[in-house]
Parts: sequence; C-alpha cells; structure tokens
Amino acid sequence: MNETDRLIEEHIPRLRRYARSLVWERGRADDLVQDTLERAWGRFHLWRRGSDLRAWLFSIMHNIHANDVRANCATPAQQSLDENELDIPVRATQEYGLEVRDMQAALDCLPVEQREILLLVGLEEMRYEEVAKVLNVPVGTVMSRLSRGREHLHQIMAGKAMPELRVMK
Amino acid sequence: MSNTTYTLTEADLQAYTDGQLDPLRLAAVEAWLANHRDDTERVATYRQQNATLHALLDPVLNEAIPQRLTRPQRKTWNSFPQLRYAAVAVWLVIGGTLGWFMHGAQEGHSAAAMTLAHQAVLAHAIYTPEVRHPVEVGADQEAHLTAWLSKRLGSPLKVPHLGATGFELVGGRLLPGSNGPAAQFMYQDARGQRLTLYVRTDNGSNQETAFRYAREKNIGVFYWIDGPFGYALSGDLEKPELLRVAQLVYQQLNP
Repeated sequence: MNETDRLIEEHIPRLRRYARSLVWERGRADDLVQDTLERAWGRFHLWRRGSDLRAWLFSIMHNIHANDVRANCATPAQQSLDENELDIPVRATQEYGLEVRDMQAALDCLPVEQREILLLVGLEEMRYEEVAKVLNVPVGTVMSRLSRGREHLHQIMAGKAMPELRVMK
Repeated sequence: MSNTTYTLTEADLQAYTDGQLDPLRLAAVEAWLANHRDDTERVATYRQQNATLHALLDPVLNEAIPQRLTRPQRKTWNSFPQLRYAAVAVWLVIGGTLGWFMHGAQEGHSAAAMTLAHQAVLAHAIYTPEVRHPVEVGADQEAHLTAWLSKRLGSPLKVPHLGATGFELVGGRLLPGSNGPAAQFMYQDARGQRLTLYVRTDNGSNQETAFRYAREKNIGVFYWIDGPFGYALSGDLEKPELLRVAQLVYQQLNP
C-alpha cells in the first residue's frame, strides 16, 4: 500500500461514522462511503497536496449526500423504514439508554443544514473554519446554523417542539 | 467580576462549548458564566448533546470495515496489472476490428489516417481509466508540458483549452507512435468524464483532411490531418457533442 492509499484509508472509519449519522441504515451509509471513496480516488490529482484531506473527503461526501437527498425527496424511503431495520449500534442503546435513542429521532427532525453542522462540530470535532470549507459556506453561517441547530435539538429532546412531521403521520 | 466591559456573544458561547474559544477571551467568558446561570446551563446542555452524539455513533468507529471499502483501489486498473494487460489485449482486438471496419468503410482514405484513429482510440482506452497516473505532466506545468512534447515531436505544439465545453486540461504524456513519438493530452469535465487529444507528426506529408469519424463500443473519435500533425479526439460522448469539442480544438489550433 502506498502513501496515498494509506492517507485516504485513515479516514474511512470517520467517513463511515458521519455517513451513518446522515442515513442510519448501514448498507446505504456504506454505499455513501463507497461513492465518496471512488470519487476521491478518481479525482485525487485534483486534491492540493498539503491541504486538509479530511475536509476534502467530507466535502465530497456532503456533495454526494446533498445530491441524493435532492434526488430522493419526492420519495422519502427513509421515513417508511421500520425502526428495527435501522442500524443503530446496539451497544450504544444498551449503555446509554433512552437519551441516545431520542437523539437519533431528534436528529431526523432537524433541517439537514443544521444537522450536518451539529455533527461536524459535535461529533467530528472540526474547527468552525474547517466546517465552513466542507460545506462551502461562510463561517458566520456555520455559527448561526450551529446556534439555531443546538437550540432546536434541545427543544425537540425536551419535548417542547414535537416534530410535526411525525405527529401528522 | 474582574471584567465588567465584556458581554457574552452567541459565537463565544458556542466556541466555549466546543473548546474553540480564542484563549484571550477565556477568562472573560468564564467570569461571565460564573454570574449567568442560564448561559452556563446552555453550555452544559450543548456539551451533553455532543456527548450523546458520541455515545450514539462512536461504536461505528470500532466496526470492522467492509472489504468493499478497504480496497476501493481494487476497482482501478492500477492495482490489477493483469486486468490492465487483459484490457490492452481486448483493445488491440477492438482496435484491429476498428481498423478493418474503417478500411472497408472508407476506401481511398489513407492508411496513415486510419492508424492515427486506431492508435488514438487505443491510447484513450488504456490511459483514461488510470486513476493515479492519468498523465505524466500535469496541467499545473502546462508550459513545461508544451515545451517538452514540442521538442519530442519536433514541431511546436499548441495545447487547446476546452473550458468553454466544460473540459479542463488534466495534463499530457508522451507515447510511441508509428512514425515516432506521439503526444496525448487528457481533459476532464466536472463529472469526471474524460477526453483525449492524440497528436502525432504526419511524416511531412503536409496534406490536410476533413474531419472523419469512427466509433467503437462507447468511444467515438474525430480525426484529421492538419499541417505537420495528425490529430484525433476520442471520448465516450455522443457524436454531435464530440464534434462540437473537435471543432473547438480545430479553431484553437488554427486561430
């Protein structure tokens, strides 16, 4: 395995974690990772050596996912999935109980642009400037979406803002 | 309260939560929080959110990585040399068939022009799937690329810019041609679709020809002879689209 292979492979576990947080179901999440890796390999010559490889890979995943969401929004297959089919790591729900389950449901209720930022900051622990690069938005936008997203998530989890989509169904 | 002039901003509250606060303001923020319970609670809530996200999703980091992800390069031809040789063999056969068809279809057309298209399609098929080494010299060294290939082909070459059609130069490489060295320039669009322009010296015949077209499987090729060079533009595009690019190449070479 050469240096380039190793560089990209180092990021696979994190790419899988982020993908899972976007689509939950393991097979579909790994499809997203695979699409991301294939595009990254195909365009590796376009990556500027010395620039942030993680931000580059995450921005590829963000773009592919954004396209998938646009393509699928007419037929939201995700909503019809039985909860048992979702691949939440079992250990997590056993150890941490209900709050973790609630978090998953609450994330689904957030607008995708808030959700992505909460995950990139809270889970990936990216710096705000890095998030701005990944999502191709100004840092000020990252900050305001982060602030709104966190408050929104808090209200959902505290039961103050019952997700209307679910109630209507 | 040591700092009475500071008022906590929303951005500082978020940055403090995430450990991204400018250290110069750390003392001021902590002093503020010591006296503002609601903000302290928000920080605690948001940190709890981060912890819950980790609890929910960190187990993914410890899962075995599926084989299909650990070896994405398996899909590229680079790591499977035998595939690549097989592909060359296949393309030699296809190339031969192409040459034969063209021979039948275009009687009177010079054998030289036929081998031009033949070699160009072959080179296209071999190098466009290349992931890590599609070119020898990249577009970032375009001046060097042009000078080098001009020197090797023995006549000044121009590299067309096809940005107007969405294709950007990736770079180029030197290839063996039937009359000596040949050059291949590779272009790629935003979708990753690739075109190649194959250029070789035409052995001083100095004739000119119209655009001619051939197609084998997915790959179309427009080829022509102009002055000292023979050109062939190959790509997996519909004929009208490829023609549009070929015309742009021609215009750029003959301003």
